Amino acid sequence: MALKSAMAVTGVILVLYLIAHMYGNLKVFSGQEAFDGYAHGLRELGYPLLPESGFLWIARIVLLASVLIHIYSAVVLTLRARKARTDRYQVKKRVQRTYASYTMRYGGILIALFVIFHILHLTVNVIAPGGKSDSPYERLVGGFQPEFWYVTLFYLASVIAVGFHLRHGVWSGMATLGFNKASRQGKINTVAMAIAVVVTVGFLLPPLAVTFGLVS
Amino acid sequence: MSENDLYIEGAPIRDEKAPEGPINERWDKRRFGAKLVNPANRRKLSVIIVGTGLAGASAAATLGEAGYKVTSFCYQDSPRRAHSIAAQGGINAAKNYRNDGDSIYRLFYDTVKGGDFRSRESNVYRLAQTSVEIIDQCVAQGVPFAREYGGLLDNRSFGGVQVSRTFYARGQTGQQLLIGAYQAQERQIAAGTVKMNTRHEMLEVIVVDGKARGIIARDMVTGEIETHFADAVVLATGGYGNVFFLSTNAMGSNVTAAWRAHRKGAHFANPCYTQIHPTCIPVSGDYQSKLTLMSESLRNDGRIWVPKVGGDDRDPRQIPEDERDYYLERIYPAFGNLVPRDIASRAAKNVCDEGRGVGPGGLGVYLDFADAIERLGRDAVEAKYGNLFDMYQRITGENPYEVPMRIYPAVHYTMGGLWVDYDLQSTIPGLFVTGEANFSDHGANRLGASALMQGLADGYFVLPNTINDYLAAGPFEPIDETHPEAVAAKADVTARIDKLLSVNGSRTVDSFHKELGHIMWDYCGMERNEEGLRKAIELIRELRAEFWRDVKVLGTNEEFNQALEKANRVADFLELGELMCIDALHRRESCGGHFRAESQTEDGEALRHDDEFAYVAAWEFGGVDSKPVLHKENLEYEYVEMKQRSYK
Amino acid sequence: MNITLRVWRQKGRDDEGRMVTYKLTDVSPDMSFLEMLDVLNEKLTLENEDPVAFDHDCREGICGACGVVIDGEAHGPERTTTCQLHMRSFKDGDTITVEPWRATAFPVVKDLVVDRGAFDRIIQAGGFISAPTGTAPDAHANPIPKPDADRAFDAATCIGCGACVAACPNASSMLFTAAKVTHLGMLPQGQPERASRVVKMINQQDEEDFGGCTNIGECAAVCPKGIPLDTISQLNRDLLGSLSKGIG
Repeated sequence: MALKSAMAVTGVILVLYLIAHMYGNLKVFSGQEAFDGYAHGLRELGYPLLPESGFLWIARIVLLASVLIHIYSAVVLTLRARKARTDRYQVKKRVQRTYASYTMRYGGILIALFVIFHILHLTVNVIAPGGKSDSPYERLVGGFQPEFWYVTLFYLASVIAVGFHLRHGVWSGMATLGFNKASRQGKINTVAMAIAVVVTVGFLLPPLAVTFGLVS
Repeated sequence: MSENDLYIEGAPIRDEKAPEGPINERWDKRRFGAKLVNPANRRKLSVIIVGTGLAGASAAATLGEAGYKVTSFCYQDSPRRAHSIAAQGGINAAKNYRNDGDSIYRLFYDTVKGGDFRSRESNVYRLAQTSVEIIDQCVAQGVPFAREYGGLLDNRSFGGVQVSRTFYARGQTGQQLLIGAYQAQERQIAAGTVKMNTRHEMLEVIVVDGKARGIIARDMVTGEIETHFADAVVLATGGYGNVFFLSTNAMGSNVTAAWRAHRKGAHFANPCYTQIHPTCIPVSGDYQSKLTLMSESLRNDGRIWVPKVGGDDRDPRQIPEDERDYYLERIYPAFGNLVPRDIASRAAKNVCDEGRGVGPGGLGVYLDFADAIERLGRDAVEAKYGNLFDMYQRITGENPYEVPMRIYPAVHYTMGGLWVDYDLQSTIPGLFVTGEANFSDHGANRLGASALMQGLADGYFVLPNTINDYLAAGPFEPIDETHPEAVAAKADVTARIDKLLSVNGSRTVDSFHKELGHIMWDYCGMERNEEGLRKAIELIRELRAEFWRDVKVLGTNEEFNQALEKANRVADFLELGELMCIDALHRRESCGGHFRAESQTEDGEALRHDDEFAYVAAWEFGGVDSKPVLHKENLEYEYVEMKQRSYK
Repeated sequence: MNITLRVWRQKGRDDEGRMVTYKLTDVSPDMSFLEMLDVLNEKLTLENEDPVAFDHDCREGICGACGVVIDGEAHGPERTTTCQLHMRSFKDGDTITVEPWRATAFPVVKDLVVDRGAFDRIIQAGGFISAPTGTAPDAHANPIPKPDADRAFDAATCIGCGACVAACPNASSMLFTAAKVTHLGMLPQGQPERASRVVKMINQQDEEDFGGCTNIGECAAVCPKGIPLDTISQLNRDLLGSLSKGIG
C-alpha cells in the first residue's frame, strides 16, 4: 500500500536531482574552468557547516537510498502485476495509453544499467575510453570523442529512455500523491511533457556538442 | 363451493393482521401488538432471504443489524445486480418539501385511486407513512439524490400527479437506491450476521408441519442441490413479467421461487394484473431478447402520432402535418400525451391494430420532438433528455434529434404476486413475501415511482417489524437434511432436473419461451377477451405438454449450465401463464392494467364492476392440469370513495 | 452480415481453455452483441454443441453483469456495456475475437463467465456508510452543496462490471475502489469512516491479488459509465492523509 507512495516520493527526489545535474552539465558550454569549478564547488557546498564533501556524501546517500527504494518498489509492483494476470489476452488493443507508459519497466531497467555505467565512466572513471583525468571536464570531453561513438550512442539512447520515463513518471507520481484533480490534469500532463523534453535535451546537448567538436 | 370448467371457488379469505380503527393509527397499533424478540434470542433465530433487490437487500441488512442470523440468496454473480437497479424515474415520498399540499393522506389517496380501487387501504396507508422514513434512511446511507443549489433535495412531479413528491438520482434512481441497500447488506456480511450465497437459485421451499422451514437451492456453478434451513423464509424475488418473454425485466427475472411456493400452498393473488409501459423501444427483429424502457418523462415534451392512413411508409419528416394523427391529443384533449400509462399503451395498440403503426412489423408509433426542439432549442432538449436520446440512438442507430423516435408499449411490472396479509406473511406460515413478489399495495395498476417505495418500505420498515411476531415463537424444532420433507423436496428438484436433461427433444428452451410470450402478449396483453383467453389457455396447455416432450437441454446438472437454468424457469412460466389467463378470464371487468374488451364504456374506456369484482383473487394451487381454487378477499373502502377514472 | 467469431471456451475454472472459431450468417446490424451470441447459442444447441456461457442480465447497460473483451477492448469498440453494443459497429465479413475478463482476481467460471466476488469483498471491507435502519435524521438535516452531490453521483454510477480491471495492464481494481471512496468521501455522511475506509478497501484490494495502479488510464478510457480518472487521485490523497495520521 505504501509502495506506490514510496515510488512517487523517491521519484520526486530523483527528478529534482536530475534537473540540478542537467544544470551542472550545461556549464560545460562555459568552458573547462567554469565546469571544473562548479564540480569542485559541489564539494565545498555547506562548508564549513559540514565537513568537506559532506554535502556531496549526504546527497549521494539520499540518492542511493532513493534509487534502491524506487527500484525495490518497482520490482514488487511489477511482480504483483504479473501475478494479477497470468493468462494473457490473445488480442489486446491500446485504448488511450501513451507510449511512455508502456516503456516504464523496460526503460527503467535500461536506465539502471546506464546509471551504473555512467558512474563508472564519468564519476569513478574506471571505464575511461578517452583516458583518465582528474578534471571532470576532460573526462567528459575525452569520453565523447567521435571515435567513441558507441559510448555516445548508448548515452543517447539512455537519456531518451529517461525522457520517456519522466513523461509518464511525473504524471503518475502526481496522481499517486493525489494532485491530479480533473481540472489540473491538463496542466500536469503539460508539465510532465515539459520536464521530459527539457531534461532530455539538456542532457543530450553536452555530449553531442563534444562529439561534433563544438566543445573540446 | 362452486365449480366451472376452469376453476373451483373456495371459501373467502381475509387479512387477519391489519388492526381496526382509524387508518393512521393502524400501523402503530400493529407494531405495538406484534410480539417482540429479545435481542439476545435473535441470534438463535435464522431467516432465509431469497433475492437481493430493494426488498431483499434492505430486509437482509435490517434483520442482520437487528441480530438475526440471515442467509441470503441471489441468482446473479453479485447481489448488486438485482433488477431493481434498472428503475429509472424516482421514488415517491410524502415529505411535502415543496409545500405544495402533499401529505401522507394524499399519497395514500393517489395510490388507492391509481390502483383503480383494487388494493387494500390499510396497506397503502402504511406505505405512504413509511415513504417518509425511506428517504431519510437512504440519504443517511449516502444515496446521492439530485439536489438543488441550496444543497437541499430536489423533487419532481411524476406520472401525472399534481404534487412534486418524487425524489430522484438523474435517470438512475433504482441503481442508487439498490447500491445503498447493497452496501448496507455487504456491511452485515462483513459483520457476520448475513451469509451471502451468490449464483444460487431457489428451486423449492421446504414446508414442515405447515410451516416454511427452508429451501432447496441449486449452486449454479457446481450444480450441487443444497438444502438450507431457517425459522422463516422471505421471498423477495421480484415480478414475473418475463412470462411474456419480451419485457423490460432482466433476462434472469423469473417466477420460480414464487411459483414453487405457490405449489406448496401459498396463494397467488391477482396474477392477471400486468403493467404495460407505453414508452419502450420497439422490437426490431425476431432475435430480440428484451425491451428497453425509456423514462415516460419523454411524454412531457414529445408528441405522439401515427400517419392518418395505414401503410404510409414515407420518411416521417416528409409526412405533412395534416396527414398526421396526434391521436392522444385528439382523443384526450385535457391530458393529451400525458394520459396514464395504461391508456397511452392501449391507444398505441389500437392505432397499430388499425394498421397505422410504423417501423418494422408495424408495431410502433412516433414520439416526435421536432416541435419541442423548435420551441425550446436543441440544447434545452438535450439537457433534459440527452441521456435518453443517446440510449435510443445506441439501440436503434437513429438520431432522435433528426428523426422522430419510435416507441411501443412493453410489459414492465406485475402488480399481482403471492398473497400476503398485513404482516407480509403468505398463506404458508413462516413464508413472507416482500416487494414486487407480493401483490399487496398497487391494486390493479401501479403509479410511477411507487415500486421503489414499496420495495424499500417492505424491506427496511415493514417486515422487520412484523416478522418478529412470528419468530417470537421460535426457534422451532431443529431439523436436518434427513427430515422426510427435506428429502422429498430435494428429490422433487432432482427429478425435475433429470427430466429436463433427459428429454433431449428438438426445440430449444428459448423457442418455447418465445412462443409462450407470443401467446401471452396476443391474448393476455393490453386487451383481453373471453374468446382469446380461452384460446390462450388451450395453447398454453398444448405448449406445456410439448415442452416436456420435446425440449432440448444439453449438458449435465453438475456444471455451469445456463440452458438448464432457463429450462427450469420456463417450465414454471408455462404453468403461471395458464393461471394468469384463468384469472384474466374470471375477472369480467376492466380495471387498471387489466382491460377486458367486453367491459368498456361507450368511449372505449375501462369499466369496473365494483359490485361484482371489488375483491382480491387469491388462487390456491390445485395441481398441474387440475383446477385452481379461487379465494376472494373482499375489499372495503372506508376512506377513499370508489370512482370511475376519467381522463377525457 | 456474415461474421466469424473466435470465442474463448473453457469448461471450468481449472480446465485449459482455447479459442474456438464459429461462423454466423445472417447477422442483423440491429442485433445487440449479446443477441448475436444468443443466435450462436441457439444454433450450437440444435447442433448438439455446448452453448457459450456468458454473464448478462438487465441488457440495458446498468446491472453490470455482462462484459467480455472484444477484439482486445473491454466491452468492445464503443464506450458502453457489451449488451448495448450493436452489430452495426462491425462490418460484414469481420472476424471478432471474444475473450473473458482476464485477471487472477476474476477466475473464469466457464467460457466467458468470470467470478467477480472480489469486488463484493472490497465493498465489505469498507465501501459503505454505517447507518443502521431507523437511525437516520431528517433527509434535510444535512444540506450538501450541489457540486459535491454531483461529484458523488458521478462516482456512484459505477456498475461494478470489471472492465477497468480487464483493461488495466496491471489488472488493478483501482478505479472501482476509487469510485466508491470518492462517492462516499464527497458526502458529509461519509466523513466519520473516511480515513479508515480507504485503508481497509485498499488492503482488501491487495489481498484479492489485483495489481497495483500505475496511473496509465486505460480503466477510465474503457469505463462504460465514464468514472473519472481523477477519482484515483482523490483516493490517493485520502490514503496519504490516513497513512500520515497513522491509520493503516
